Amino acid sequence: MIINHPLLGPRDAQEFTYLGDAALIERPDWQAEDAHRQFYEYLYLRDNPAGEHRELWFHEQGDRSWLVVTRNTLTHEITHVDLARDVARAKGRSK
Amino acid sequence: MTQSNRLTAGRIDRAQVLNFTFDGKRYQGHGGDTLASALLANGVRLMGRSFKYHRPRGVLSAGSEEPNALVELRGGARQEPNTRATTAELFDGLEAKSQNRWPSLAFDAMAINDRFSAFLTAGFYYKTFMWPAAFWEKLYEPMIRRAAGLGSISFEPDPDCYDKGFLHCDLLVIGAGPAGLSAALTAGRAGARVILADEDFLLGGRLNTETISVGEQSGGDWAGTIVAELAQMPNVRVMMRTTVIGAFDHGIYGAVERVSDHLAVPPEGKPRQILWRITSRRALLCAGAIERPIAFSDNDRPGIMLAGALRAYVNRWAVTPARDVVIFGNNDDAHRSAADLLARGVHVAAVVDIRAQAKPIADYELLAGAQVVGTQGRLGIRGVEVRLASGEIRRINCGALGVSGGWNPNVHLTCHKRGRPEWREDIAAFVPGPDGPAGLSVAGAATGLFSTASALSSGSKAAAAALRDLGIRARALPQPATEDAPVSITPFWHVAEGKGRAWLDQQNDVTVKDVKLAHQENFRSVEHLKRYTTLGMATDQGKTSNLGGLAVMAELTGQTIAKTGTTIFRPPYTPVALGVLAGRSRGKDFRPVRKTPSHKWAQEQGAVFVEVGMWLRAQWFPRPGETHWRESVDREVLATRRSVGICDVTTLGKIDVQGGDAAAFLNRIYANGFAKLAVGKVRYGLMLREDGIAMDDGTAARLAEDHFVVTTTTANAVNVYRHMEFARQCLWPDMDVQLISTTESWAQFSVAGPNSRRLLQKVVDPAFDLSNEAFPFMACGEITVCGGLRARLFRISFSGELAYEIAVPTRYGDAMIRRLMAAGEEFDVVAYGTEALGVMRIEKGHAAGNELNGTTTARNLGMAQMVSKTKDSIGSVLSEREGLSEPDTLTLVGLRPVDATQRVLAGAHLMTKGTVANAANDQGYITSAAYSPNLGHSIGLAFLRNGAARKGEVIEAVSPLTGLNVDVEVVSAHFIDPEGERLRA
Repeated sequence: MIINHPLLGPRDAQEFTYLGDAALIERPDWQAEDAHRQFYEYLYLRDNPAGEHRELWFHEQGDRSWLVVTRNTLTHEITHVDLARDVARAKGRSK
Repeated sequence: MTQSNRLTAGRIDRAQVLNFTFDGKRYQGHGGDTLASALLANGVRLMGRSFKYHRPRGVLSAGSEEPNALVELRGGARQEPNTRATTAELFDGLEAKSQNRWPSLAFDAMAINDRFSAFLTAGFYYKTFMWPAAFWEKLYEPMIRRAAGLGSISFEPDPDCYDKGFLHCDLLVIGAGPAGLSAALTAGRAGARVILADEDFLLGGRLNTETISVGEQSGGDWAGTIVAELAQMPNVRVMMRTTVIGAFDHGIYGAVERVSDHLAVPPEGKPRQILWRITSRRALLCAGAIERPIAFSDNDRPGIMLAGALRAYVNRWAVTPARDVVIFGNNDDAHRSAADLLARGVHVAAVVDIRAQAKPIADYELLAGAQVVGTQGRLGIRGVEVRLASGEIRRINCGALGVSGGWNPNVHLTCHKRGRPEWREDIAAFVPGPDGPAGLSVAGAATGLFSTASALSSGSKAAAAALRDLGIRARALPQPATEDAPVSITPFWHVAEGKGRAWLDQQNDVTVKDVKLAHQENFRSVEHLKRYTTLGMATDQGKTSNLGGLAVMAELTGQTIAKTGTTIFRPPYTPVALGVLAGRSRGKDFRPVRKTPSHKWAQEQGAVFVEVGMWLRAQWFPRPGETHWRESVDREVLATRRSVGICDVTTLGKIDVQGGDAAAFLNRIYANGFAKLAVGKVRYGLMLREDGIAMDDGTAARLAEDHFVVTTTTANAVNVYRHMEFARQCLWPDMDVQLISTTESWAQFSVAGPNSRRLLQKVVDPAFDLSNEAFPFMACGEITVCGGLRARLFRISFSGELAYEIAVPTRYGDAMIRRLMAAGEEFDVVAYGTEALGVMRIEKGHAAGNELNGTTTARNLGMAQMVSKTKDSIGSVLSEREGLSEPDTLTLVGLRPVDATQRVLAGAHLMTKGTVANAANDQGYITSAAYSPNLGHSIGLAFLRNGAARKGEVIEAVSPLTGLNVDVEVVSAHFIDPEGERLRA
């Protein structure tokens, strides 16, 4: 596979390490009343779509960016690649 | 023996005479021959034995689709099994052997299987070898494996090297037949970067095996002209002997180039084969078509082959398997073979065409509306029985029979991404479907355009269209005049009549009857049919047999072939040697080796090294007279605890953490607090995974307000760094913090033992006060050594002794170890390796990889109180889960044998005294064990249920597998200096 890195252009997937669902960005609030349930769902419950999937890839053999890659799990077509940091900020994550 | 079956002309180099042997017998062939063509030239038709029944078999095809003629090439360490004689290029001195026969090819004792074929039909594995279950492993499987193997290997290391390489292009053209050449020329002239790959050693595909002309030239000469022009173009790479084996994601194709397979020994410095990873913007499949046989009674005798292959042997290699030939077919192309054979002086005894309205195209006897219903000849065909249109049977003598059931477009690669081919009634064949790999188009016979003219024009047009997609202007080539015959075929798959078995898959010995049996037993879907009968599961992936099997199943179920469908084609297109997949990654080059900065020095000391991940670390340093590793290790431990020892600890991961939020960041990463750590201090840190399980431990040293150095265990350095970057970028993207791995930037040495301070004082520049008051336990600082060299000093201890870790820039690592050892001479300093390191940390009760094993929590490790509840840190919430908080949870304890002469062994399980040693009674397990030279007996660290409350209890350490049962006493994990007085000294 080829991943079109937003900063570095097309790179071979062998340079990357895969983590999983990009929902891992949305880490719950540790002080929430139901923090236990939220963390359980965050860590263990995943959608398993046959189709578009947003997932985290780490450019380990490259610039060490975490990326959010939108990949079709049926065809492996990649339609979007964003810096995970931008995605996280867009979701309101900060410090 | 002379080449009695060699004809005139052909595309071989007669001036070149090549000697070779087959089963020890000497033969001659010519340059340009394959092993198969050379054997046929010498009158050899019998080339192998079939897989299951050991039936005598000859060559079926003239290409890589060959199911039968599998041979062993070369000898010694280069012995190579299961090579197709049809693609093995002849070279002088080639040694070839037949396979799967004993004692000889002509007389094979295992042919007895053929007599028992009634018991070995489809699914016989599942039916015959079922009971008793215990027999499978001990009796059935070894027996089947012995009986069923094909070739054999040398069991010696492969002496040749294999490479991997990367290529990029605008257009990859797969196949250099008429369509591929015309495509490559179109794209090459347009200036595009082109790769043209073909598995053959002579480019041109069927142009080399036909008598047709292209423009003014013969097909073969035209191909030669085009190849010469392409070879001149700097933007075109022509790769012969290169098979594109698979289509992968995003325009990536795998290809194997057989660089030296056609030579006895690869030239100096050249690889045997190269695995290419070709990244293409567009690709064009011009893989042509593969002829398919018709099944009939005893259709597997040596000498029975595809009609197009017969034609190829005659035209390209000037070879005929016999002087008298019969052709059997259902389409016009079969007649072309007859005409070509006649033209080269081969006697065509008859052409048998199932079509009543067939017309001859040359001077041969045509038996229209007739079928071959049987054959004779045990080790080679002697004659055929034909049921004539009139109903009479006629026997015809012949030494070869050419069979043509039509041609299948070679759609293989279009299906590698799960594309499904589509059935076309008019040509009775599957063609590529619309859902092939993105960026791949198909031209020529591979897409069902069978004439030379349509191959040339479709190749050129498809190339131009692909380039247009990329914004490259290309003009379609002017088309030379050439053959443009329409396809005329009446689909026909097997002859119903006949006494013998009708073979579909000759490599796996699958017959029409087997398909009928599968149908009868309700294995009707193509995927079930395949697995139940093994149809198409051999090394040829059923290139010549799949469709026949499907067609028979379609007949039986009353469904169309389109509805019946095909099984899935998968890479590789043809078998690939494991050696080329491994490339250079074998033996000591399997993966990179990382050496510590003191490696050279350690080697000089005669150190014994151990692999730790990719690292090579000194395990111990034997001294003269020491005959057992324990002597060395015990000495290193005792000397360190008595005076001072030095160990290279560079391999521990080092991560530099900088920024205004560095402390806040580490506070989130570690379960324990870091925000208030003073500058110049080090703290032990425990890192949890988000699920509350311990991930790693190490230290963080605060060199400045906004600067920390974090250490990780050697094994987890990569994972921890990745995890920290995830936290930084994905969880808290606005924190002002930067990370970089500095593991290889600093050479780091542990200097441990009561004399460590005195030793270091001789190395550290005098401006730095190392006294206990100025530089106490857990202090750190940036210092200079040896008169100005920048260094870092950490007063931390893994051994439990007064100890320091000193780091210098890596390039000074070698000098530093030598300086430290020299400075330590007066203290009898020793170098210690990973074994002594391990013994000392077990004596001190420090957890390491064995304890941080991915299943243990802070509570298990006795560090529950470290997990801060007043801040957010990764893993803190879920570490509170019910299941991880059971009161009698596993706790880290120390163990000592009640009888000091007994050994405590890691991996043993713990049982309460007097209980039966089984899983239900399991109380925990021993994670680390060592002989403690300080205590004089074996010791262990273990996780024991409710361990904290069981000090003093005697329990049993058992290993039912090895019969071990030792009484051990539960003690504190801190065997040495439990109060920590030494490390604060």
